[in-house]
Amino acid sequence: MVENRPWLTFLTHFVLICGVVIVVFPVYIALIASTHGPTALSSGMMPLLPGAELWNNVVQVLTEERRGVAPFWLMAWNSLWMAIIITVGKIAISIISAYAIVYFRFPGRVLAFWLIFITLMLPVEVRIIPTFAVVANLGMLNSYLGLTIPLIASATATFLFRQFFMTVPDEMMEAARVDGAGPIKFFRDILLPLSRTNIAALCVILFIYGWMQYLWPLLVTTDPKYYTLMMGVKRMAAVADADPQWNTIMAAVVMAMLPPVLIVIFMQRLFVKGLVETEK
Amino acid sequence: MASIDLKGVRKVYQGNVTAIHALDLSIADGELVVLVGPSGCGKSTLLRMIAGLETITDGTISIGDDVVNKKEPAERDIAMVFQNYALYPHMSVRQNLEYGLKNRGTPRDEIDRRVNEAARILEITPFLDRKPRQLSGGQRQRVAMGRAIVRQPKAFLFDEPLSNLDAKLRGQMRIEIRRLQRSLKTTSVYVTHDQLEAMTLADRLVVMNGGRIEQVGKPIELYDKPASLFVAGFIGSPPMNLLPIAALQAIAGGTMPSLPAGTDIVGIRPDQVVVGSGEGIALSGTVELIEPVGGESHLYVRVEGLDQTLILVQQGRASVGEADKVDFVLPLAALHGFNKESGLRVD
Repeated sequence: MVENRPWLTFLTHFVLICGVVIVVFPVYIALIASTHGPTALSSGMMPLLPGAELWNNVVQVLTEERRGVAPFWLMAWNSLWMAIIITVGKIAISIISAYAIVYFRFPGRVLAFWLIFITLMLPVEVRIIPTFAVVANLGMLNSYLGLTIPLIASATATFLFRQFFMTVPDEMMEAARVDGAGPIKFFRDILLPLSRTNIAALCVILFIYGWMQYLWPLLVTTDPKYYTLMMGVKRMAAVADADPQWNTIMAAVVMAMLPPVLIVIFMQRLFVKGLVETEK
Repeated sequence: MASIDLKGVRKVYQGNVTAIHALDLSIADGELVVLVGPSGCGKSTLLRMIAGLETITDGTISIGDDVVNKKEPAERDIAMVFQNYALYPHMSVRQNLEYGLKNRGTPRDEIDRRVNEAARILEITPFLDRKPRQLSGGQRQRVAMGRAIVRQPKAFLFDEPLSNLDAKLRGQMRIEIRRLQRSLKTTSVYVTHDQLEAMTLADRLVVMNGGRIEQVGKPIELYDKPASLFVAGFIGSPPMNLLPIAALQAIAGGTMPSLPAGTDIVGIRPDQVVVGSGEGIALSGTVELIEPVGGESHLYVRVEGLDQTLILVQQGRASVGEADKVDFVLPLAALHGFNKESGLRVD
């Protein structure tokens, strides 16, 4: 759009605003619902303005014991652990495998790359039954290991690091060799610091990925001790013989949203930098 | 300080592509040898083989008294300056200079002493705490040199270190490298495709072509007595005029001298052609183009009966204009004879 046509500006903004409204409205409803008392929502008329009950709802979520639902703090703790282990594990494994694939000549190197690459086409949902069988046979049901290990092996991150390593000039490695740095020193002193922004970007993506896991934790945990937040919110809504208490559920939803939002806000600069620019 | 000896060195890449054909070369202690040639002639491969960044298919490379064929680059005690400098972007200049010494376990005070000394010599002391991206091209070049100097290695290897600089800076750095190498007296191998750089820097010049050495010698020897057609055409700017005898005989008539048997191409440097008349092969042609370079003028002259344009150099301003007729003489003493078949010089 080189020309400046007022109606076109109006139209583009109108379309954008419609899109934003569609995306934001449910989140807004959740926020509003978390600020009202239990009766306001069950009356059938959804209020659109904030109420005064937010604090009470939050306190209720944090303290109330419910049947079939683990305490909020425990679930948040589990989610946090799961997200952190997945993030750290994925980055550690993928950066090392990318290093091997890019910098070492070994038999089956291309095959190894393609095997990793092909798993991109097989997300957890597709291989969920065999994966469950393996985890169950290894006795890892109801454990942090069972929650995280199957989600750690990651082609996406390996691929991202591979692409980044390939943009690092060969001379860098040769200079390091002349300078007396072996493979481990080169990795630690040169590649790792250069990958800093990539690692930060991946941290953001993977933390949110881990935090948002629902299906897998639902499958491998039966002990409330290992329930995660995403499961807990769903379980809070599934009460028998009574209306779900939407005000407290929404308060839990809003609190569960906070960590990813904070991470995005605080790491946004590094995140964007890691995805768009490489320091060579 | 050490000499470098290459004996029967060969490099064959996968798929039977021979990059270097059995090559012998000895480089004396403290000497600066320049490898020069067109791209793809194997000069960089040879340098990287000396550095240990490429494997050696056959033959031996020794630095000092050690055969280094199987040694890692770090164990060969050489330092290399790369074309794109290959500075570590996340380290400060000081850390860049220190890195190689630290890896070798040099004591802290010794590292500081050497880094400060190198920084003083190269005048980069004010930049020691900056990152490479905050430096200009010339300053990065100096840091790359500094990284080599602090190591006090047996040999410096330069891989086209000046080709990323602009012409003025290149000239300046060339002089600086020469001065530095003279004062440090470290054996150096320098790769370039720029024949001016090669001529001015080298103690000895090695002209390479197609993985073989064409000629080794002092730059002026190579200029005065090129051993082959390739060297004759490669060394000197503007390049030597190479004229087939058969065509010359037809147009020069009576002024054509008798030449040694086997000569079928004669060469003459553009600056040795005499405009006007005199002793030698007398020719005349039309000036197609004049390039005034300042101190001298390059005349491109078309001669009836010759396929190529002759280049003449006149000191100062050109005495003729474009499209003018010009008479000139090729003095016999300045002629180089070559055999077309073998490509070699005939004396």
